[in-house]
Amino acid sequence: MVLLAVLSAIAAIYAGSYWYVRRRGGKWPAWRALSFVLGISTLMAGGSPPLMERAHHDIYSHMVQHLLIGMFAPIFLVVGAPFTLALKTLPAAPARRLMALLKHKAFRVACHPVAAMVFNIGGMYVLYLSPLYAESLTNPYLHHVIHFHFLAAGYLFTWAIIGPDPVPARPSFQVRAWVLFFSIAAHAFLAKYMYAHFYPRNVPFTGEAIRSAAQMMYYWGDLAELIVAFILFAQTPFAKRLSAMPSRRSIWPPLAWLTLFFQ
Amino acid sequence: MCCSNYLEAAMIDNTMTGYRFARMRSTWGGVLVGIGMMAAVDEIVFHQLLAWHHFYDGSTTDVGLMADGLLHATEIIAIAAGFIMLLKLKHSQLLIKRRAVAGFFLGAGGFQLFDGIVNHKILRLHQIRYVDPILPYDIAWNVAALILLFTGIYLIRRT
Repeated sequence: MVLLAVLSAIAAIYAGSYWYVRRRGGKWPAWRALSFVLGISTLMAGGSPPLMERAHHDIYSHMVQHLLIGMFAPIFLVVGAPFTLALKTLPAAPARRLMALLKHKAFRVACHPVAAMVFNIGGMYVLYLSPLYAESLTNPYLHHVIHFHFLAAGYLFTWAIIGPDPVPARPSFQVRAWVLFFSIAAHAFLAKYMYAHFYPRNVPFTGEAIRSAAQMMYYWGDLAELIVAFILFAQTPFAKRLSAMPSRRSIWPPLAWLTLFFQ
Repeated sequence: MCCSNYLEAAMIDNTMTGYRFARMRSTWGGVLVGIGMMAAVDEIVFHQLLAWHHFYDGSTTDVGLMADGLLHATEIIAIAAGFIMLLKLKHSQLLIKRRAVAGFFLGAGGFQLFDGIVNHKILRLHQIRYVDPILPYDIAWNVAALILLFTGIYLIRRT
């Protein structure tokens, strides 16, 4: 119930900001708003009480939750660009404070794609390969902390790779592409390793259930990573060059080619 | 040649750099999509529909799994990068279709051959099918790969 209230409040704030910006003649694409709402709905589905209940007795449902909260919801939320919208909506003083926070060195280190990958994928390795997961089945607080970690680390990682929000000194496209590459590999390896050696251990589930969960982690995780990869490549420098390329009418074509090459 | 205002303009004005750019990008886009599509066909047809391949067959070492993970990441990046590259070329009227098709066959055949030799035989990640004389399957697999590859080579030499 608390979760539902918090998520509804966040969605309401976003919607309010959206109307505010639009009414004042500012621009904010509707598809970003739609994506954010979709992300909130995915979170609601992932944290809904029936699924929570089932996830306690069934590792397959736990994996569905993990995918919804940690992989799919962050993509939709990040595409919704809530920080940019906040910067547009807030009065000057708080907006400047938010910008100062985004520029802070500690924040920059934590948001580096490599650090975000360690939080995200490293967290999964720790959870499934150590006794932590078995512990979380009996300890409700730990359970909540883990769900929060899924969301926070998933959001941080997705944001570090494809975040549209303005960040000073964002690492280059190459860095982000390589980090995405290694995190896909690490995720695929973890899923197959769990399948092969029946991780997580010491849990009251059958080997068959663990294997079906690991297999789903592999295939559905793929889909989420494929979406991230598509968005990342759609933001490549090639896109910038082409959009910057003048049309044929306005400029002599060979010159257009040169601008294409030397940007 | 075939498709674009830019291309024709570039050729008439004899700026071959732009034409070469379009040719290279079209071919590489095709190769990347070919690799990704072949991997997807493998995943969907042989793993899911026929269930000949195994997700994990009990004999794979952990190092093999790691190699498999890296290969898998390559496939996902390839399919996304290739599709976006072709879309952008199309959007900017720089796509040379015949080059992209040739690249597709090269990528698909090359990946199939790599899968048949390195994954199945050297890394032994999995076999094509778990039956006793496996040799006919291996031969059919690699011959199909060579046919795709040579189709690609033939097409690229014609453009």
